[in-house]
Amino acid sequence: MLSIDRAIRDAIVAHARRDHPDEACGVVAGPVGSDRPTRHIPMDNAARSMTFYEFDSMEHLRVWREMDDRDEEPVVIYHSHTATEAYPSRTDVSFAGEPGAHYLLVSTRDPDDEEIRSFRIVDGVVTEEPVEIVEAAVDPHAVQSYMFGQSPTTVDYECSGR
Amino acid sequence: MAIEVRIPTILRSYTGGAKIVEGAGDTLAELLSNLDSNHAGLRGRLVTDEGALHRFVNVYVNDEDVRFLGALDAKVSDGDTVTILPAVAGGAFGFAAAAAIISHSAAAGRRAPVTTR
Repeated sequence: MLSIDRAIRDAIVAHARRDHPDEACGVVAGPVGSDRPTRHIPMDNAARSMTFYEFDSMEHLRVWREMDDRDEEPVVIYHSHTATEAYPSRTDVSFAGEPGAHYLLVSTRDPDDEEIRSFRIVDGVVTEEPVEIVEAAVDPHAVQSYMFGQSPTTVDYECSGR
Repeated sequence: MAIEVRIPTILRSYTGGAKIVEGAGDTLAELLSNLDSNHAGLRGRLVTDEGALHRFVNVYVNDEDVRFLGALDAKVSDGDTVTILPAVAGGAFGFAAAAAIISHSAAAGRRAPVTTR
């Protein structure tokens, strides 16, 4: 199963909608071994195509290095299909090179319907898995404005000089 | 000193699980042959039968994509870091269309994708 924060899921859908009718692609990194996608990284589709995506090779290197430096790994690799269902194509399967990743597909074919599905792709075998949307913990870096007496996980009652 | 080679997850079955291995050579081609003597089969996942780099494998010498450094003729020397990353690619269109694009790229000097076993 893939567990993913609602905010990240929403950001992925927004990215896919923004790039429609071209395919959008990106990564959600997370701490190594945690299986928790925590850092959304939208990537350029170097192919700029309605039917194909490919990470830009230099951006790919930069992002993978950054993950390495932060002890992260690509927990989710996502892309959109803009006219067909959110299911891995034979092309997707033949190129899937991260056996540990959740392959998340978003279809933007229907502007009013959100179609998001997650798959494992290992040695050419596709296995669909459930997607659990998690209501995120409060981001401690964001400026929050909670009423006194509420109890979110973390609260910054005021800006601390930033 | 040697050349440090960073191996992606999907190819670590050839390196006994190692993320970083060391090799030697003056060019990428020599380095890959050298690596293959210790990690049999690794080279075959990176280089086609025709002797070119696979289209959908990215290889970098330090911060440069080797496609801009002469591909397999790229110079390497002790202290360099070579990084191998399988391209992240895919998309909705059918396999026949993908094959057409790939063969088109091959004709333009690039090569066919990695075919796994």
